[in-house]
Amino acid sequence: MIALLGENGAGKTTLMNILFGHYVADEGAVEAFGKRLPPGDPRAALDTGIGMVHQHFTLADNMTVLENIALGTQGMWSWKLDRVGARERIEKMSFEFGLAVDPEASVGSLSVGERQRVEILKALYRDARILILDEPTAVLTPAETEALFATLKLLVAQGLSIIFISHKLNEVMAVSNRVLVLRSGRLAGERVTADTNRGELAALMVGQEVEPAPVPPSEPGPLQLVLNAISTQKRGSGVSLDRISLSLLGGEITGLAGVSGNGQAALAALIAGVEVPTSGEIIVRGTTARDWSPRAALAAGIARIPEDRHAVGTIGDMSVTENVIAERYRTPRFSSRGFLDWKASRAFAEEIIADYDVKCPSPEARIRLLSGGNMQKLILGRALDPQPSVILANQPTRGLDVGAVGYVHRKLLEARGRGAAILLISEDLEEILALSDRIIVISKGQLSPPSARGQRSVAQLGQLMAGHGMETA
Amino acid sequence: MRLEPKPAPALVVALLYPIAAIVLTLAFTSLLVLAAGASPFSVFYLVWRGAAGSQFALLETLTRATPLIFTGLAVAVAFRAKLWNIGAEAQLYIGGVVTVVLGTGLLPLPSFLLIPIIMIAAMAAGALLLLGPAVLKTRFGVDEVVTTLLLNFIVLLFVSMLLEGPLKDPMGLGWPQSSKVIAEAQLARIIHGKRLHYGFAMAIVSAFIVWIVMKKTVLGYEMRAVGHNPQAAAYAGIPVNRVLMKTALLSGGLAALAGFCEVSGLKGNLTLDLSPGYGYSGIVVAMLAMLNPIGVVASAIFVAGIFVGADAMSRSAGVPSYIADVMVATALLTMVVAILFTRFRLRWK
Repeated sequence: MIALLGENGAGKTTLMNILFGHYVADEGAVEAFGKRLPPGDPRAALDTGIGMVHQHFTLADNMTVLENIALGTQGMWSWKLDRVGARERIEKMSFEFGLAVDPEASVGSLSVGERQRVEILKALYRDARILILDEPTAVLTPAETEALFATLKLLVAQGLSIIFISHKLNEVMAVSNRVLVLRSGRLAGERVTADTNRGELAALMVGQEVEPAPVPPSEPGPLQLVLNAISTQKRGSGVSLDRISLSLLGGEITGLAGVSGNGQAALAALIAGVEVPTSGEIIVRGTTARDWSPRAALAAGIARIPEDRHAVGTIGDMSVTENVIAERYRTPRFSSRGFLDWKASRAFAEEIIADYDVKCPSPEARIRLLSGGNMQKLILGRALDPQPSVILANQPTRGLDVGAVGYVHRKLLEARGRGAAILLISEDLEEILALSDRIIVISKGQLSPPSARGQRSVAQLGQLMAGHGMETA
Repeated sequence: MRLEPKPAPALVVALLYPIAAIVLTLAFTSLLVLAAGASPFSVFYLVWRGAAGSQFALLETLTRATPLIFTGLAVAVAFRAKLWNIGAEAQLYIGGVVTVVLGTGLLPLPSFLLIPIIMIAAMAAGALLLLGPAVLKTRFGVDEVVTTLLLNFIVLLFVSMLLEGPLKDPMGLGWPQSSKVIAEAQLARIIHGKRLHYGFAMAIVSAFIVWIVMKKTVLGYEMRAVGHNPQAAAYAGIPVNRVLMKTALLSGGLAALAGFCEVSGLKGNLTLDLSPGYGYSGIVVAMLAMLNPIGVVASAIFVAGIFVGADAMSRSAGVPSYIADVMVATALLTMVVAILFTRFRLRWK
């Protein structure tokens, strides 16, 4: 089992997508089992025995496990699906490899861990001899991760080769035989797992010993935002909030840890003003908010850094200028009597570009053309410029390179120093541990009581994240 | 083969795309002309002469372009906000209905009062007609393509009912047509004795106003933001639904002005053939103009020119004037492809 290790944005997924034929390499070729693979042809990769389990699953929710697995394996003109044969094979495989899943269950009703098993079965069903797993543990609880690792070891014992993509050192150390470290699109090093250690790998990953942003002791200020027994409406398969209460103090970073899909999205949408509570109160600096909306949230001094900067944070086909004024175009600074002041808007964009060190051709450039890090800096500038008293930072560093991550962290700490109350939502536990003054765990739409910095061990947090002991914690 | 995003081209380069689209259109339609047994060059020359070869031809083209500018603007405004208004035809007819209801003697007022009143009333009617589908869309998620498209038929049948009933001209010898509007409700001719009327000037002014709205105002900014990414717009606090309502009002009002101008400036009364599909052609006009309001004027004149020119050509060359429909449709297709290439580059693997 080879581990492909690297920071977010190091090029791990890109490399694997080239291997699997999703992307076409500008140069170079892929060889598998001594054969050269045609570039850009996933079919050829599949036929050669390369299977890939993507970070975001590629399953049809409205079909059964069996149908999902057999999809595309039988000829287009075959009269009907050979259900019995497919079923037998699936059951045999799931028994052999400890991948328990009911072939007749609808995929929509499965848990995340089960879906991942379906994805792995799908690859095995196609006789994969090389299995690529892209960040397979990002969506799993610690217990599910353990189960996955056991399965993977079983598969390797059967003669399969596995490429395991991760940015988590402990996982890489736990399961791999060999580690390849990528750094900004280059191979930074290759080690035999048994002969290396976390420290060496970390150094290879980030290039040099990066100093984590220094976190000075916090000076808690007044209560800025209180959520009192808030519930939200259930939407689709998402997790809603059920009578949760949360207090954010000025001058503190509150970290929200949790496995993704446990209500983080609903909580972030609520604080951002996108979601309206079905019951409970939102209290901003002592005043109960009525008519909750994005505008109300902004007016209450809440800055929002959304999780998805492409779909939600920016309007890709509009210019940098048009994007940075999006939250405040109605203020006298940027418009009067229904007419926009483009001069002031452009000046503001230039100010943010300079202050936040954004690399972009001009304020008129479409924001889609910027890199993720620069886009995030613009969003950060837009959010932090009005000196907000509350900051909602939802996955603020996801997919950014090390330099940009450090930059975002420094900016958040600066805002904390000014007395802003910050809610940091992150799936990266190390980020939460590094920055947070208090940590709250979210699981199945419920919040744990807060713990001060260093009060709970990683193991205890992991238990809470898995939903154990939420009531008594 | 795949598409890669690329930076917006410079204005001069951007203008080359529509020109390339027109050249391609001519190339494609040449084949059809050849199939009809005529020489492409003489046919295109005759179309050109029929559309712009004389003062008469040019004025006729501009007259025909007038309703197309209005419906083109209506569509351009709506499509900017991704409100798919396919119902400009219905809004045009409603504008015509209001014009004959108020303009045939109900309001005995002088021109300088009567014409603005009719205009405002017509716009309001068109606006309200599109507001219905917009409300259904924002409240219940009903697809406005379906509702606006079907409203076209409903409104046309409604007009037919009116023309057989309450609005029927008692002096019309039984034809389904309304009475003529009174002289005070008529738009003056720009050149005495010619058909071109002040509706054309109004259309040009409207295009300029719409351009200002889109470019300089808060509303235009909101409409573009909502059109490009409603989710991000909502997140930033832009009231998406309210913006869509305003867009609907503006779009419906503009389309209704087309009906007002046709009745008040050209035909004088309302008939069932007031519009030979100006509402639908407005979609073509807007797309050819890449939704740019000033571009709408140019593309409306282009499309009108092809129709007028093809009519003249078919009389002398014997090639059916349906070639005009083919030309316009082909121009639309090539233009859509050209627009794609202003934003993406093609990459062969």
